[in-house]
Amino acid sequence: MGNVIGIGAAPKRKEDQRFLTGRGNYVSDIKRHGMAAGVFVRSPHGHAVLRGIDTSAALGSPGVIAVLTGEDVKADGLGSLPCGWGISDAKGVPMKEPPFPMLAQGKVRFVGDMVAFVIAETPEQANAAAELLTIDYEVLPSVVGVLEAVRPGAPQLFDDVPNNICCDWELGDNAAVETAFRKAAHVAKLSLVNNRLIGNPMEPRAAIAAYEPGTDRFTLWTTSQFPHVVRFLMGALVLNIPQHKLRVVAPDVGGGFGVKQFHYGEEAVITWAAKRVMRTIKWVASRSEGYVSDRHGRDHVTEAELALDETGKFLAFRVNTLANMGGYLSTFGPNIPTNLYGPLLGGVYTTPAIYCNVKVVFTNTVPVDAYRGAGRPEATFVLERIVDVAASEMGIDRVEIRRRNMIPKEAYPYQTPVLVQYDSGDPMGCLDGALVAADVQGFGIRKAASASKGKFRGLGYSTYVEACGLAPSRFAGRLGARGGLYESATVRVHPTGQVTVMIGTHNHGQGHETTFAQIVSEKLGVSFENVDIVFGDTDRVQFGMGTYGSRSLVVGGAALSKATDKVIAKGKKIASHLLEAAEVDIQFESGKFSVAGTDRTKTFEEIAGAAYVPHNYPLEVLEPGLEEQAYYDPVNFTYPGGCHIAEVEVDPETGTVTLVNYTAVDDVGTVINPMIVEGQLHGGIVQGVGQALFENAVYDEGSGQLLSGSLMDYCMPRADHMPMMKVTTHSTLCTHTPMGVKGCGEVGTIGSPAAVINAVVDALAHLGVTHVDMPATPNRIWRLLQNASLPVAAE
Amino acid sequence: MTVQISFTLNGRPTNVDVEPATLVAELLREQLNLTGTHIGCDTSQCGACVVHLDGLPVKSCTLLAPALDGATLLTIEGLQGAPGSNQMHPMQEAFREHHGLQCGFCTPGMLMTAIALAAEKPDLTEADVRQGLEGNICRCTGYQNIVVSVMAGAAAMHAAEGE
Repeated sequence: MGNVIGIGAAPKRKEDQRFLTGRGNYVSDIKRHGMAAGVFVRSPHGHAVLRGIDTSAALGSPGVIAVLTGEDVKADGLGSLPCGWGISDAKGVPMKEPPFPMLAQGKVRFVGDMVAFVIAETPEQANAAAELLTIDYEVLPSVVGVLEAVRPGAPQLFDDVPNNICCDWELGDNAAVETAFRKAAHVAKLSLVNNRLIGNPMEPRAAIAAYEPGTDRFTLWTTSQFPHVVRFLMGALVLNIPQHKLRVVAPDVGGGFGVKQFHYGEEAVITWAAKRVMRTIKWVASRSEGYVSDRHGRDHVTEAELALDETGKFLAFRVNTLANMGGYLSTFGPNIPTNLYGPLLGGVYTTPAIYCNVKVVFTNTVPVDAYRGAGRPEATFVLERIVDVAASEMGIDRVEIRRRNMIPKEAYPYQTPVLVQYDSGDPMGCLDGALVAADVQGFGIRKAASASKGKFRGLGYSTYVEACGLAPSRFAGRLGARGGLYESATVRVHPTGQVTVMIGTHNHGQGHETTFAQIVSEKLGVSFENVDIVFGDTDRVQFGMGTYGSRSLVVGGAALSKATDKVIAKGKKIASHLLEAAEVDIQFESGKFSVAGTDRTKTFEEIAGAAYVPHNYPLEVLEPGLEEQAYYDPVNFTYPGGCHIAEVEVDPETGTVTLVNYTAVDDVGTVINPMIVEGQLHGGIVQGVGQALFENAVYDEGSGQLLSGSLMDYCMPRADHMPMMKVTTHSTLCTHTPMGVKGCGEVGTIGSPAAVINAVVDALAHLGVTHVDMPATPNRIWRLLQNASLPVAAE
Repeated sequence: MTVQISFTLNGRPTNVDVEPATLVAELLREQLNLTGTHIGCDTSQCGACVVHLDGLPVKSCTLLAPALDGATLLTIEGLQGAPGSNQMHPMQEAFREHHGLQCGFCTPGMLMTAIALAAEKPDLTEADVRQGLEGNICRCTGYQNIVVSVMAGAAAMHAAEGE
């Protein structure tokens, strides 16, 4: 029995000991005998014809083992990087899908596009040799903004992609929306930009590849959120390596946030190169290299219109968005601004008609893909901003207009007009809780206090819903997914009753080693210390789709729960023989199998022992061993949601926005470990605050240079940017996941940008300011104040 | 060409030959196999590489190895109690207790900065801690639990000193 720690408890994390003592095992920590170093040579131009590469000087440089280019890739007949999601326009015409070669061929399409891989004995030698490459570029004009990219005469990235439009995608009933707009008492309009972000997990990406000629097996250690998917995409579709000859290991990964969710060219090149040169090769990105090669996030330009009746009820919502894909289609690129964006435009409201058009556009920038929230923060931002605009224009209180349109708790399950059906939720409950927790009643006093210091104080609301637990495979398949999105778990009970779980999700900070162990401890009644969670290694774990989209607990946890149920079911069979009772009479509770109505029991350890020492065992009907596996494919997404309230103070002298209070009340379903959930919410919120106030990836139009190319130029939130946040949960249970869980990893990021910007606009509303684009930097606010129609002075 | 340097590393005398251009972070990780000190950026912004040089916190990615000659260096690996024991420093305990870490990559640098902050000022306020962590970036936690951990760790450190 021992120390059972179950659902709802908050044990300290199992993974912390190694991280706190410097004994984590990240890819860059790994050393292998005879390891060589690899360096990628990247395009310094946003857009250029690649006329040729002279490698001779580099090859003669000390320590150099090989220099590989796109020509070598072509000569070896290798595939290009696959896109995992194919979308179509309204007529069913598939998206334009140009190849994404692992080393550039013919043209480079963004600063950072890989043109060569230099392998040498040491990183210093590889870097020195990389400097000696002579690369003949014919530089072309770059286009980096979506508005510019679709204009006539814009530079064209691909010959067969007219106007740089990958897909003209739409969702919803445009006719119904048109009709509703004609009857509207008021139409609110808003143009906005959702700024491009750089993910910045603190561990830069890295990879090590080894080839063993004796067994013809490859091993790739990589900073990945989904090693099995890398094995599948890279092995089957890029390098033609049989799955059983390829091991992909993602050990401790220092943060992901989506950035490490994709199959990257670096992984394919280094694995291919390891066999070509018969050496183990290591590559570790610098932070600045990551800035021009890690997939970026967001980057939308949007026009939105909300139609309302005279009482402020939403009649229809229309959204036209241009979404930046960057220079190529990344693994999930086209899915993010379409399927993960449009269906969330209903938010927590009863808007009866919604239409969304998204033009997915190529530009000379780093490819854009899923990043922390992925599509859902963008949808929430548009909706929660325009609700504030409508409220202001119609003279309705911002909380009141939300209340008038919210889906009531009793209306769930709720079918939206844009594909999704929310199973459960209580947006009003979250709002009510947040109003109290944020002391909204006392805001007037705080605002007056700010005014007396010459500062403007503002309050901002964001009531939101998201779709998590990616995803029901059938649903995803209808939307263009080229893979399934289930999860798997194996529960291996050892002869002594300890348990090893092999699970297909990945843990890169979310505390899965702890949370999953709690589930097993509770369900099997075994000690928390006696449960180990194994992940991130295709040789140890049967299969899995990895960790992203707040799916690990929702989908992976469900697979684990199912596998655990199977262990109990088999344990009952074993117990029925040992206890000489009918199987239906065997009960399992608190780690003990017993015969109903008697005091005859066997402990979990005794059953485990008997399974592996089957002396008294009906081998003709029962196999020895106690290990069970389950795959789980969800029936629906889960829909976490909540209400976030931000309070800011703006200094009109400098334009500085200070976040002074932040309150969040979130519905994440069942909470397995409240300590971990709270930590996840904190992190997500600060990411959203970062987008709203500080972070921005800026490109130079024309040259395609990334101007915010390092941590010196890209403002990351730091400890002194934040106040203490008030974060609580107000949960309804998910009706279709085994434990009622909904997921929490991205909640904070989805709710917070709109809350912060709504607060900034509220603070400046008396000056006639109706919108502020993100990030609301001091410079941007100061300029707004200089241009404001009213004098800059405290009220 | 290499130079020989001698310094005290985590309480032990250490002699190594290094290329003069080697950074301390590289020396620790590549030559001395102490991989607890992490490298998260190339512009001295992130703080994942903070170690203590003669008792003061420094970013080991901006310090050349020859500067160590004659110095005393403490890294995350030197923080525990008795060698081989699993006993942790009060600041490490506080981070575990208050969930002051998630992916763990920034954690060694955070701990080294936090211990130096606590050593410098006995009564750390929340504002002191937030300001003191300005050179350490965490992308996971949102800092709140780190701040709570540092304040608790500092209190535990000073309580232990008072005993």
